[in-house]
Amino acid sequence: MTERVGFFTDTSVCIGCKACEVACKTWNALPADPAQGHTDFELTGMSYDNTGGLGASTWRHVAFIEQPRPPAGPPAGSPAGSVDLGMPGLGTPDGDRSEIRWLMSSDVCKHCTHAACLDVCPTGALVRTEFGTVIVQDDVCNGCGYCIPACPYGVIDQRPGDGGAFKCTMCYDRQGAGLTPACAQACPTESIQYGPLEELHERAAGRLAELQEAGQTQARLYGHDPSDGVGGDGAFFLLLDEPEVYGLPPDPVVTTRDLPVMWRNAAAAAATVAGVVLAAFASAGRRR
Amino acid sequence: MSGGRATTPVARTGRRRGRGETLMVPEAEFSSYYGRPVIKEPVWKVPDIPAYLYLGGLAGASAVVAGMADATDREALRRTSRVAAAGGALVSVGALVHDLGRPTRFLNMLRVFKPTSPLSVGSWILAPFSGAATVAAASELSGRLPGLGRLAGAGAAVLGPAMTTYTAVLLADTAVPGWHETHRELPFVFAGSALASAGGLAVAVDPTGPGRGIAVAGGLLELAASERMRSQLGLVGETYRDGRAGWVLRASRAVTAAGTAAALAARRLPAAGIASALLLNAGAASLRYGVFEAGMASARDPKYTVVPQRERLAQARQVSGAPPL
Repeated sequence: MTERVGFFTDTSVCIGCKACEVACKTWNALPADPAQGHTDFELTGMSYDNTGGLGASTWRHVAFIEQPRPPAGPPAGSPAGSVDLGMPGLGTPDGDRSEIRWLMSSDVCKHCTHAACLDVCPTGALVRTEFGTVIVQDDVCNGCGYCIPACPYGVIDQRPGDGGAFKCTMCYDRQGAGLTPACAQACPTESIQYGPLEELHERAAGRLAELQEAGQTQARLYGHDPSDGVGGDGAFFLLLDEPEVYGLPPDPVVTTRDLPVMWRNAAAAAATVAGVVLAAFASAGRRR
Repeated sequence: MSGGRATTPVARTGRRRGRGETLMVPEAEFSSYYGRPVIKEPVWKVPDIPAYLYLGGLAGASAVVAGMADATDREALRRTSRVAAAGGALVSVGALVHDLGRPTRFLNMLRVFKPTSPLSVGSWILAPFSGAATVAAASELSGRLPGLGRLAGAGAAVLGPAMTTYTAVLLADTAVPGWHETHRELPFVFAGSALASAGGLAVAVDPTGPGRGIAVAGGLLELAASERMRSQLGLVGETYRDGRAGWVLRASRAVTAAGTAAALAARRLPAAGIASALLLNAGAASLRYGVFEAGMASARDPKYTVVPQRERLAQARQVSGAPPL
């Protein structure tokens, strides 16, 4: 295996341009996503997010959150005392723009260290690659759908009309050629950073310290900790609020962690079945 | 958590309350992304998967009954139970294949053996079980190769108990809160339910035979394990009480209790045996459907994912002595 690579998504510099979504769709030739209600052009009413969420044909999703809270410090990502360029914002023209803050974040498959989708896949279609990522082998997947409720992040999904399960491959084809995944390549602000995971961890820790020093006390890393319930993510984030605000689970755990207990109890229950039938026949006696 | 988050949807864990129901605990407050679910709802379909769960249980327990009936020369019971085992297994396999997104690739289920995948383990139980149960039933119905039929029947009887409980692991080994949180009790619920359905059938064939004990023990196990399961569930227990799952499961309990009583009465009143078979099988089938629906409801509402995880984090902070957030 080569060095484990990953994504570090620094949401504090995300500008919500959705270049990642478009680059992903284009490079991976992904169809429109009826699972997200996109058989036609539809508006969700969720701020500028008309994508909705990750799905079988949506492998990057930019979340938009509007919060009526003054930023705790200077705008994230800009040095103290930066110049106001007078860009259009929210609120009345003469009003107080600091009333609303916008959180934007590009979500993606987390490529978990302990990946539930991979664990529960009965066909071996889901595999771990030499880059430490998790991908679906489309020619093996039989569409059983088990990976879908197994994922604690709600990433992988079944493509209607096709039946197979699909998710982000971290552009496995580009990685093989030594290229950066399409989303990270397209990101204009380096909100999406791609590289060796260890290197990204260091960079993220530095960025977090910088933001907290600047007064962004709510800034935190998400998915970076190898001791969390999924053993750490191959794609981790710097968030400016609680994970659930972005639609992420606050404490995801790989479901197979409890599998030994489940098998033990299933074995005990199966033994009960055998015991009950044997006892019933024994007490009924041999007749006829 | 800090307040002032009006446009970040701060959802209140509201639900439709039944008549006269009083609120015992304050409703939990939690944040979500526009109320959207955190996890994906399973794509498994109705009736395919509930039928697969129920018939697998009936078939597994019936195979054990058939094996014992064969060993104790109870021919009528052996005949009915062999047919139930084979029929249940074949329709169960059919339902599973029909539910696949790519049914023509169903044989990929046997491409690998993975102990981490309950569906892989289950396929390796289901495939030989179906084959053995079918051979036993074919021999029974045709009267040919009784020796082979007996051997196949014994094989199916050995695999039978596993058939009744692996499906509980299949549901529990997901991120669906309403299923995962039941992972200790659900195997016993399914085991009791499988015994009740196969036992009910046995009572109908032979009202004074061993079926009575199986039906009664199964019915009681199903009811007791379900009760324990519901009492162990925290917040997500709501999905087992409310909505469609709630009334289906209430009906299932009533029908199973009646079927258990009918099995007891069958010794003196043979017609009660038939009623017992119908009631216990209706109870078993509706139990599987109710559990299935409760899980689906828990997947659709982010509350059941976020609130318990938040509580877990708060507890961990308390244990480690860190100040609460």
